[in-house]
Amino acid sequence: MKILVPIKRVIDHTVKVRVKDDHSAVDTDNVRMTINPFDTHALEEAISLKETGKASEVIALTIGPEKAQEQLRTALAMGADRAILVKTDLPIDIGGIQSLDIAKTIYKVANDEHPNLILMGKQSIDNDANQTPQMLAALLDWPQSTFTSNLTLLEEGEEDLEVAREVDGGIETLRIKAPAVISVDLRLNTPRYVKLPDIMKAKKKPLEIMEPKQLGLSYDTHKRVVLLEVTPPTERSTGIKVPDVDTLINKLKNEAKVI
Amino acid sequence: MAILILAQHDNKNLHPATLSTVTAATKLGDSDIHLLVAGYNCDNLAKGACQITGITKLLKADAAHYEYFLAEELAPLIMDIIQKGNYNHILAPATSFGKNILPRIAALLDVQQISDVTHIIDENTFIRPVYTGNALAKVQSNEAIKALTIRATVFEEAAMYVSNAAPIEQVQPIPTVKQSRFIQRETIETERPELTTAKIVIAGGHALGSIDDFKMIETLADKLGGAVGATRAAVDAGYIPNDAQIGQTGKIVAPDLYIAIGLSGAIQHTSGIKDSKIIVAINNDENAPICAMADYTLIADLFDALPELIEKL
Ligand SMILES: Cc1cc2nc3c(=O)[nH]c(=O)nc-3n(C[C@H](O)[C@H](O)[C@H](O)COP(=O)(O)OP(=O)(O)OC[C@H]3O[C@@H](n4cnc5c(N)ncnc54)[C@H](O)[C@@H]3O)c2cc1C
Repeated sequence: MKILVPIKRVIDHTVKVRVKDDHSAVDTDNVRMTINPFDTHALEEAISLKETGKASEVIALTIGPEKAQEQLRTALAMGADRAILVKTDLPIDIGGIQSLDIAKTIYKVANDEHPNLILMGKQSIDNDANQTPQMLAALLDWPQSTFTSNLTLLEEGEEDLEVAREVDGGIETLRIKAPAVISVDLRLNTPRYVKLPDIMKAKKKPLEIMEPKQLGLSYDTHKRVVLLEVTPPTERSTGIKVPDVDTLINKLKNEAKVI
Repeated sequence: MAILILAQHDNKNLHPATLSTVTAATKLGDSDIHLLVAGYNCDNLAKGACQITGITKLLKADAAHYEYFLAEELAPLIMDIIQKGNYNHILAPATSFGKNILPRIAALLDVQQISDVTHIIDENTFIRPVYTGNALAKVQSNEAIKALTIRATVFEEAAMYVSNAAPIEQVQPIPTVKQSRFIQRETIETERPELTTAKIVIAGGHALGSIDDFKMIETLADKLGGAVGATRAAVDAGYIPNDAQIGQTGKIVAPDLYIAIGLSGAIQHTSGIKDSKIIVAINNDENAPICAMADYTLIADLFDALPELIEKL
């Protein structure tokens, strides 16, 4: 079984992001970039399936700038076998290419690579859209599992996979046929730390770079949905400290009038 | 021209986010508003839902393979409806239901969806939070059909008018595609109000330390008639099921009163509580980020303050 894992280069989740003064974008210069947290869980799942003999090959794929090779190298160091960068200079966070173009790109790569499973993060922490996996599943006409917090490969029966999904109201279990697109949530597993020798080894693993036009694509989602302005959110006004529980109850009853 | 809304429900009751989505639709100009109720044995639900103010027609698709709202089954049905209709907007609530299904439709329509809309400026222009709520993006859609998911907490719930029901039109189901199969849903039965629409939310963090002590959060919630929320760290630790998680990857809440107990206020959490009217923090560290955004902060050990609060209310 071959597994394709699309990943994204994003600002590290510990960085306090800043809106540019001209409100054109978020400042991405000289900030720490990493693999989107959800995607590391997808990578972990794919790699552990390979380690337990259930998968034959894990391919990491990203769409992004030249520098996104860094994230692919990290994926290779985690244990992916090879990597593909589809290179674009358009912004990939907001205001540039969006999920439909990304889904079309992964679709093209999937048509060449024929994976049995595509594992990917349920959303990216920059654009927060939560769209690409579902769009990809639609383009491929494959079943989908979103918000996946558990994945089991089935040995027999009509379906190939059992998934648990974190949905409103609780946990939903589905059985689905492969090939399938699985979007993963953080509770799926605990991603491994990358060790130094693995980073050295990863340098020798194959990393292919291609242009969107090699896949027959020319991106246009930035023209379909145009970013007009980015603004910082309004700050809440500062509150007060209360000395004890009695004062708190009094304030909630008589000042805020919420209890 | 018309607007199509995908109703979220459980075949018996409408999810309140559907009502907020109807209100959002009324802000898109004066198009007709069609509400699609796709499910199984949902007759009674449809009879109630056609009384929502604002909707001009209720489309009902009833079939066994729509019982669990599988995206693979619903997509061909919704595509069929869209192709036969004349829709300029397709809306769904930005809940796990809407997030699961709408992007699948958007891709089939070849349109770029706009997720989690919090402001409707005009029928083409919208504001949505990005970067965990650290920034707001104003975007304009040039797509012929706009696919939008709606953040329910920022739009009032549409009212029900018994006297003025919209007509119900039966929609022919599409044969099942059988790509996926529902096995079970572990739902958390509770008498408490629904978290996303509750007027009072009591949220506990990792500092509660155990399932037993987390029960104090539930006791306080019950005293105040509120809902129980939690951080990811509390859910990860198993103090409470995932359904209670609030934040970037959990639920969005906007109650009148939100009490944060033993939680630090990481941006991934606070992005889900920002629109609360009054925020209270109970924490033993005055430098915790939650204290900076709270209206009232009590610096105390929660194991002293929480029992006292329960006792005195
Ligand atoms: C991609 C991503 C997505 C995420 N999504 C979410 C999300 O949706 N929701 C979410 O909540 N988190 C989310 N997180 C996790 C988030 O970053 C924080 O790690 C988490 O919210 C912390 O939970 P906490 O506040 O309960 O724990 P901690 O950060 O450990 O805070 C515990 C707090 O309790 C206080 N405390 C300790 N002992 C006591 C005591 N005796 N009395 C009073 N106070 C005490 C401490 O001072 C501290 O402030 C996400 C993280 C990532 C990377």
